[in-house]
Amino acid sequence: MLIEPTSSGLYCAAGDFYIDPWAPVGRAVITHAHGDHLRAGSGSYLATEVSRPLIAQRIGPATPLTVVRYGEGVDIDGVRVSLHPAGHVLGSAQVRVEHRGEVWVASGDYKRAPDPTCEPFEPLRCHAFITEATFALPAFRWDAPDQVMREINAWWDEMHEAGRPAVLFGYALGKAQRVLAELVRYTDRPVHVHGALTELVKVYRAAGVRLVETRRATEEARGRSFAGELIVAPLSARGSTWMRRFGDYSSAFASGWMRIRGARRRRGYDRGFALSDHADWDGLIATIAETGAERVFVTHGYTDPLARFLRERGIDAQAWRTQYEGEPESAEKELAIRESRVPDHDSRNTIPDEPRTPDPGFRTPDPE
Amino acid sequence: MKQFADMYDEIDRTTSTNAKVAALVKYLHEAPPADAAWALFFLTGRRLKRHVPTRSMHEWTLELTGLPEWLVEESYSVVGDFAEAIALLVDGRVVPFEPGIRDPGPGIRGGLPFDEPAPLVIDTRVEGVTLAQWIDDRILPLRAMNDEERRQHVLAWWSRLERRELFLLNKLLTGEFRVGVSHTLVVRALARRAALPTSVVEHRLMGNWAPSAAAIASLVAPEGPTDDPSRPYPFCLASPFEGGVETLGGRDEWLAEWKWDGIRAQLLHRGGQLFLWSRGEELITERFPEIATAARSLPDGTVLDGEILAFQHDAPRPFADLQHRIGRQQKVREMATDVPVVFLAYDVLELAGDDIRAASLRERRARLLDIVDDVVPLRVSEEIAGDTWEALAARRAESRARHVEGLMLKRWSSPYRPGRKRGDWWKWKIDPFTVDAVLIYAQPGSGRRASLFTDYTFGVWDGDELVTIAKAYSGLSDAEIDEVDKWVRRHTTERFGPVSAVEPVHVFELGFERIARSTRHKSGIAVRFPRILRWRRDKTPHEADTLDTLERMIP
Repeated sequence: MLIEPTSSGLYCAAGDFYIDPWAPVGRAVITHAHGDHLRAGSGSYLATEVSRPLIAQRIGPATPLTVVRYGEGVDIDGVRVSLHPAGHVLGSAQVRVEHRGEVWVASGDYKRAPDPTCEPFEPLRCHAFITEATFALPAFRWDAPDQVMREINAWWDEMHEAGRPAVLFGYALGKAQRVLAELVRYTDRPVHVHGALTELVKVYRAAGVRLVETRRATEEARGRSFAGELIVAPLSARGSTWMRRFGDYSSAFASGWMRIRGARRRRGYDRGFALSDHADWDGLIATIAETGAERVFVTHGYTDPLARFLRERGIDAQAWRTQYEGEPESAEKELAIRESRVPDHDSRNTIPDEPRTPDPGFRTPDPE
Repeated sequence: MKQFADMYDEIDRTTSTNAKVAALVKYLHEAPPADAAWALFFLTGRRLKRHVPTRSMHEWTLELTGLPEWLVEESYSVVGDFAEAIALLVDGRVVPFEPGIRDPGPGIRGGLPFDEPAPLVIDTRVEGVTLAQWIDDRILPLRAMNDEERRQHVLAWWSRLERRELFLLNKLLTGEFRVGVSHTLVVRALARRAALPTSVVEHRLMGNWAPSAAAIASLVAPEGPTDDPSRPYPFCLASPFEGGVETLGGRDEWLAEWKWDGIRAQLLHRGGQLFLWSRGEELITERFPEIATAARSLPDGTVLDGEILAFQHDAPRPFADLQHRIGRQQKVREMATDVPVVFLAYDVLELAGDDIRAASLRERRARLLDIVDDVVPLRVSEEIAGDTWEALAARRAESRARHVEGLMLKRWSSPYRPGRKRGDWWKWKIDPFTVDAVLIYAQPGSGRRASLFTDYTFGVWDGDELVTIAKAYSGLSDAEIDEVDKWVRRHTTERFGPVSAVEPVHVFELGFERIARSTRHKSGIAVRFPRILRWRRDKTPHEADTLDTLERMIP
């Protein structure tokens, strides 16, 4: 096993590094900046250049962070590691690991649908593929993002006509910016955003992603009416006092979970838009086929069904237990993902199977 | 159907009752009358007889998707709604061309040689087909077809409909159509559409009416429709009473009765015919022939409100006995001997053909005693003596031994009102039994609880083994449900289809109304109406109750 699951994360013994560890380790290779994949406290980090500001923000400026361009190779103790677009969020990557002719790819989170905020997923041939399974059931099949965006825009228009604010909730990193970027094609009206989004919006703009004009809702004059405006907010804003300024608003949630009516009704959203940053069933199956992998490991989401389905088709597949979360469907889950919690000393000491190595750091990337 | 789908979406997309009523009123005005009638039929909770077996729909889904059966079943369980899950699974999948399916067109039949059977002609149009056309011309005829013909029809429609209408079609095919709108709102919308008082409309909506343009015309007609002898009255419903009874005023202002645990029903004797309606507006006359026969002794033009109870040796039997008679269409006579029942009358709503619901309960009760002889199987619910609230509270304490749920308190001066209007009818139930039990299995819920682990199975200790004693679905807050859900996902030890066995860690206090021996359950015990009272985070699993404790509760 070139990569195997351990109690701290996905471990590559040959190169002595971890991919998206959930406990502090020596060397961490990071697929993307969501909190369930990126936790502070490790000795050194390797990630894509594009994701640098997102990552630095979380792990702190003092932590050694090496960045590489997509496709650029790094040698880690004789193991060749390169990062390739995963199409999930800005800077997200698959980790390709090659050692003595064997190629493994850990995909982190990924999607196949077009997204103006990130590089499209790059299919990689490999011997073993480590995949997510957030929406790995055939009931989850996405409509084209264009169609979903038309629906979002139609809902905004409808609210505009009704003179009501339209509050769209979505995951703060990724989904919110994707909506703001898609809206460029529909409107030149400004969109109001929650304060938690302003920094991330800046990062996206600085990375060259074109977004609609955004205004911070709290910077508007007190008592200002938001009638007919679109407001983009993270899930955690829901039910907070911040919402009061919008009065009688229509609420919507942009998430793959909204494919199921019951999930929307339970959460009490007026509208649900099935727009996801994860691959749907067809996307997962097609991707796995494209990799040509003989072995597949499934890390999070509907892991058992996907592994079983693949096994029945003659692929050596198995589910791994990890601490990744996939797409948060509630504020609590969103928070759990966003806040990278560093385990306290006690729990660090209870991790028995990997002695913490002194931080070897990552070498400067080889010129390709 | 598009109009209906739009109305459905509008209702589905709002939590505002005003917006829901507005959407309904708009639909009732604009839809073709036959469509409006069918919509009302479903909105008032009526069902079509199932025209296609669930099993067949399942098999066609497998056929159209080419997916393994276990994966399709997993999808049902996550989506939580059969009709919706199929819509999501088959959406965009087109049945390969089959010689049997032809779009109807001129000359298809004419051009065929004589020795070939005429091909099945399926009307595959999906644009501009009204709700009534879908039901009357397409779905109802499925009943008379064989499975292969049904398969070809349904697959043809599935291949052509967009997801939203696919979902609605599946709802119609399964016969069940629950929309997120209460009966009260439907009544309010129809009343507004007809410009009539809600009480009139509510009464007209009761009982049997065939969904047709004529039906809708008479539902909204300014003058009452010619009376259908089978039409029952809307039931008056009680609210749970919590707090001190002293706040209700004088004891003499209230009639006290036992709160029976049976089937609420209305018994009608009109025009020489007898009808027994359950509260779910199901006609159950045939299931309880002895009650119908006994009702012949009532004067013509009588409607009674009461409770059907399994009853033997002058005392009610557990509800479980009555369950044997519900849903049993055959062998009714034999069952009648095995499980004798009574109709326990507690009100009279119509006398000599006159609607007397506006009269006071005191007056209605006097009339009731005049006309009912109080002989099995037609008895009168007794008035419970006890001059003071204290005396009544003491009687209430007898509830458990009497197999009743507590007391009913009804204001003597009150008219018989439709629906649940607080203030005149109270159910004053006894506190439930409680037990601390361990969560051992969890399963995703349905509808709005789909894809969340919300249905739990609990066990108590029998030696060092946990035995299942109850399943419970409700009682936790949304936040607690989320927490349990998340925990279950990480602590599943084994899976059986949608059911996850979990580590026995969490203790919950369960409440239930009744406990009896049962041979159907491994624990040997059956509890009635179990629900979660609270999460006992303070208890370890070993502090949960034992089977012994439960056995001692059995009366």
